[in-house]
Amino acid sequence: MREFSRLYAELDATTSTTRKLAALQDYFQRADAADAAWAVYFLAGGKPRQAVPTGLLKQCAMAYAQIDEWLFEECYHSVGDLAETIAHILPPPTRTSDFGLAYWMLERIAPLRGAEPEVIRSALFAAWDELDWQGRFLLAKLIGGGFRVGVSRLLVTRALAAVAQLDPKLLAQRMVGWTDGRARPDAERFARLIGPDDGQDHRLQGGQPYPFFLAHPLIEHPRQLGPVGQWQIEWKYDGIRAQLVRRHGSNWLWSRGEELITERFPELAALDLPDGTVIDGEIVIRLPDSGQQAERVAPFADLQKRIGRKNLTARMLGELPAGLIAYDLLEQDGHDLRGLPQQERRARLEQLVQRHAAPALMLAPQIVAADWDALEQLRATSRQRGVEGMMLKQVDAHYGIGRTRNVGTWWKWKVDPYSIDAVLIYAQAGHGRRASLYTDYTFAVWDTPAEAGGERKLVPFAKAYSGLTDAEIAVVDQTIRKTTIEKFGPVRSVRPSMVFEIGFEGIALSTRHKAGIAVRFPRILRQRVDKSVDQADTLDNLRALLPSSPVTESEEDAQPAQQDH
Amino acid sequence: MEDMVVVRKEGLYCVPGDFYIDPWRPVARAVITHAHADHARMGHAHYLASAPGAGILRARLGADIHLQALDYEESITHNGVRLSLHPAGHVLGSAQLRMEWQGCIWVASGDYKLEADGTCTAFAPVRCHTFITESTFGMPIYRWQPQAEIFEDINRWWRANAAEGRASVLFCYSFGKAQRILHGIDPGIGPIVCHGAVEPLNRLYREAGVFLPPTATVGEAEATRRGKSNAYAGSLIIAPPSAAGSPWMRRFGDYSDAFASGWMRLRGTRRRRAVDRGFVLSDHADWPALQEAIAASSAERVIVTHGQVATMVRWLQQNGLDARAFTTEYGDDDADDSSAAPPATAQEQPGHA
Repeated sequence: MREFSRLYAELDATTSTTRKLAALQDYFQRADAADAAWAVYFLAGGKPRQAVPTGLLKQCAMAYAQIDEWLFEECYHSVGDLAETIAHILPPPTRTSDFGLAYWMLERIAPLRGAEPEVIRSALFAAWDELDWQGRFLLAKLIGGGFRVGVSRLLVTRALAAVAQLDPKLLAQRMVGWTDGRARPDAERFARLIGPDDGQDHRLQGGQPYPFFLAHPLIEHPRQLGPVGQWQIEWKYDGIRAQLVRRHGSNWLWSRGEELITERFPELAALDLPDGTVIDGEIVIRLPDSGQQAERVAPFADLQKRIGRKNLTARMLGELPAGLIAYDLLEQDGHDLRGLPQQERRARLEQLVQRHAAPALMLAPQIVAADWDALEQLRATSRQRGVEGMMLKQVDAHYGIGRTRNVGTWWKWKVDPYSIDAVLIYAQAGHGRRASLYTDYTFAVWDTPAEAGGERKLVPFAKAYSGLTDAEIAVVDQTIRKTTIEKFGPVRSVRPSMVFEIGFEGIALSTRHKAGIAVRFPRILRQRVDKSVDQADTLDNLRALLPSSPVTESEEDAQPAQQDH
Repeated sequence: MEDMVVVRKEGLYCVPGDFYIDPWRPVARAVITHAHADHARMGHAHYLASAPGAGILRARLGADIHLQALDYEESITHNGVRLSLHPAGHVLGSAQLRMEWQGCIWVASGDYKLEADGTCTAFAPVRCHTFITESTFGMPIYRWQPQAEIFEDINRWWRANAAEGRASVLFCYSFGKAQRILHGIDPGIGPIVCHGAVEPLNRLYREAGVFLPPTATVGEAEATRRGKSNAYAGSLIIAPPSAAGSPWMRRFGDYSDAFASGWMRLRGTRRRRAVDRGFVLSDHADWPALQEAIAASSAERVIVTHGQVATMVRWLQQNGLDARAFTTEYGDDDADDSSAAPPATAQEQPGHA
């Protein structure tokens, strides 16, 4: 554990990419293969299930530190991270040990899953007796199931490629699926990961997908991108990005987080395609009139209902049928097509979809316009169409890896978000870097217009915690402390004094929100220092943004659940 | 019995003695526990302070202040109250104030630290009936490692930077923390350069007989190394946090920066600072040391001032002590360190740490 905790400390301590890369290389050069396998798993974003329930972990820590719950909670509110709080409050260890990460994962942590509370308690006490601060912090993170390291997957790939003296592209390909919980990281797998290139890698085993090619946000006007004819243009759908892999008579469906989601979408698992086919596209919920060209699809909220369900009933499959809007073909007849130009892959995709027509397999229509201005006018209709904007893909682009731009570029050209001026009424301290700073806010609008007269009430409608700079947060934090009315645990209610412009991507009716409205991806666009609280928007202003045919919001919370392109 | 010490708008006030302790508004008679700016303010007609701290107090408040200095343990009687000052181990000259009147003993701790650091007289517990304590780090999350480990971490960081031809810039509070670091590190690693806010205090410490390794200001350093492109490679630069991001920093070329403070214990605070390294080094008592000091005073009554007041009061009450709070204006220290702390709230007013 010490080697890995040193690596974690080094990655955590610096913001410099060069130093992070050096620390990673150093670690992988020296680490035991079984430990390194687990390290790759965590660094690449692997998330094992929680081994000990949070409540029990807390109870044990309080007992070991001999402090009461109120004091633990005070500590937690100052620290803003459970694992870190636990590491801080425990008295010093009584002895030292140095076992590797794999030993901890397999011998010490895995047996805790589902064990009796007394067994867990003595196991935790024994572990705390022998671990130092950093080790205890990591242990709590590994047990808690929410471990995250501040390092990009690309950087891990680069470090491993350097250590293995392999092409980073090859390593990226081998890394696909590493974080899928079903395959246990072990020494043998790690050896294969960094083993020499035997020329067999191009033949993909089983249902492995390709690393996803990701788009860049387009900030400027696309006029600077040259002639519009050089671009393949599609709508940007609000669904789940996925690769459908067909090999050896079976289908595998992978989300962009490289999670295998085949069972969630039996419609797509049943699609009959030739062996050796990999399609990149977007999973959406079909409407009766969606058609082969996906002219209209159901809002994301409907898709969330499907994601949220463990058991898919026949009724749900009937009411919310899923489909894949195909927009790229990565493999055909077992051949990797990623090196072909975009338009060539598109032509082959069109043929394929035509030949294997099925309601659940749609083709992303291409948008044709005479020039950028015409395209911009079309883009303005995005909201009516239920899409987020447009995708611009270079006609000669290869299918790259991740956010690379060396083999052609994909741009996402999103519509401007909805926006509303709202009043900050509650604040809560943030986590991690924002611990003990008030950074998470609840915003409200007025229930009636000012002209209506009488007593008006502020109705909360959204929570947002991003969009302000550190300097802006510091100022808002000070105001919150000065205008606090009441404290409820970590939350403060404040005297309404600050107005913010809140942006969001979607809006739907909701029975579970006080305002009767749920918004998607709410964030702070800016503080409206020019506006007084009275001038903030009203519920009517908010309702006016609802689409004409109202859709009800799902059971899942209106939070980002799917991963963006 | 009446309380011997109460809070007035000017500061903590000793009723029978008719004097103030570290007052924040101008008064006729002030006893100063130590020379940090939130405790030693200008404008009082008469000052009483410890002899080891007299030099720094004069340097900060003016040579012409009306100052009476007492050696540690030396006592005087004023309006029937017997006063004496006892080492607090916080910075050079820091003292706890012992007040005895009609058989009753109160101690005002000022700021204190239990670990002896060689730059000031070590903390000595004083038995009393009522103990007025600080609580800057009065939460169980604050536990310090032994300072030798921290100095070794600093040495390692400095050595690694020197090996890579980089300068090492260490931000810390200029009075107390800077000298403690200078005293504790390995001066053999390279030249040491101090900011203009730090160097005058170094001089005062040396005059008081505290060993500090040779240091130079940037002016002196540049006079001898003029024309060299990477004049500061391998050097350790000690500067107050306010120097971060200022044009003064440009001269150091490629450097790694670090911050030394008790607040660096929390990852969130450290990451907000956005420095390469955070060294957890404080001039204040950590949670176990606060408990130890309170126990050693054998006081039955404890009054908590600046820091984690509500938490400490509740904890002490739960442990059978008669505990309550004084609202003070301490902890709101010189601008150059308050920014290191988490934002202040009514209960938590962090200062230099």
